[in-house]
Amino acid sequence: MAEAKRVTRPLSPHLQIYRPQLTSITSILSRLTGNGLIVGTMLAVWWLLAAATSPEYFAVANAVATSWFGDLVFTGSLWAVWYHYLAGLRHLYFDAGKGLDIPTAEKLGWACIIGSVVLTILTIILVQ
Amino acid sequence: MRYLTDRKRAMGKGSAHSGTEHHWYMTVSAVGLAFMVPTWIYIFGSALGGPQEEVLATFARPFPAILTALVIFIGMRHFAKGATMMIEDYAKGSARRALVILTISLSYAITATGLFALARIAL
Repeated sequence: MAEAKRVTRPLSPHLQIYRPQLTSITSILSRLTGNGLIVGTMLAVWWLLAAATSPEYFAVANAVATSWFGDLVFTGSLWAVWYHYLAGLRHLYFDAGKGLDIPTAEKLGWACIIGSVVLTILTIILVQ
Repeated sequence: MRYLTDRKRAMGKGSAHSGTEHHWYMTVSAVGLAFMVPTWIYIFGSALGGPQEEVLATFARPFPAILTALVIFIGMRHFAKGATMMIEDYAKGSARRALVILTISLSYAITATGLFALARIAL
């Protein structure tokens, strides 16, 4: 076979020339929430490790996890996980070749945004 | 000597060189996580903020311990592959390789830490 030629391929997506719209914003948010969840995951796993280690270590980790910073991270992560959850289900639905027409795709986008906020509030009430 | 022709080796692999393996893994783990995450959020959210004895009692029970282990393990594999895809979209060359290695290492470190903590609590 011939030697592979080096091709400079464009990087995706072209954010600079892309007009923001609901479908693109909800797609970007899906990626942001998924990757951002690493912060909450690290805090949660650290807190669990501290609980497994000693009362003194748990006191430190628990103070951070239940501080305003911990509340901010976990509340943000809760919204992020619900958003990523709904956007992920939408992704599976799109993968099945359904809901790809613009009116349906936009309705699904709003469902992700509104649904994630509603589920976040419901969860906070439920685990109080 | 190669026993497969070039054409045969390339068939079904596409430009990713690994076929639909990545996409299929993300699909499988997404469905798995979709079943587990709501219950896990409830368990974790209820345990968070409680005293240490309650936290230990929660994660010492079989169901919360097994569920948490699965969510950490599959969640971190899902994260590693998803984050790798993001890095591949925006970075190239050595920066790309360094970030991908860092992401995969971080995911495994978090998985190991979480499983260690669970083992210590539950066993």
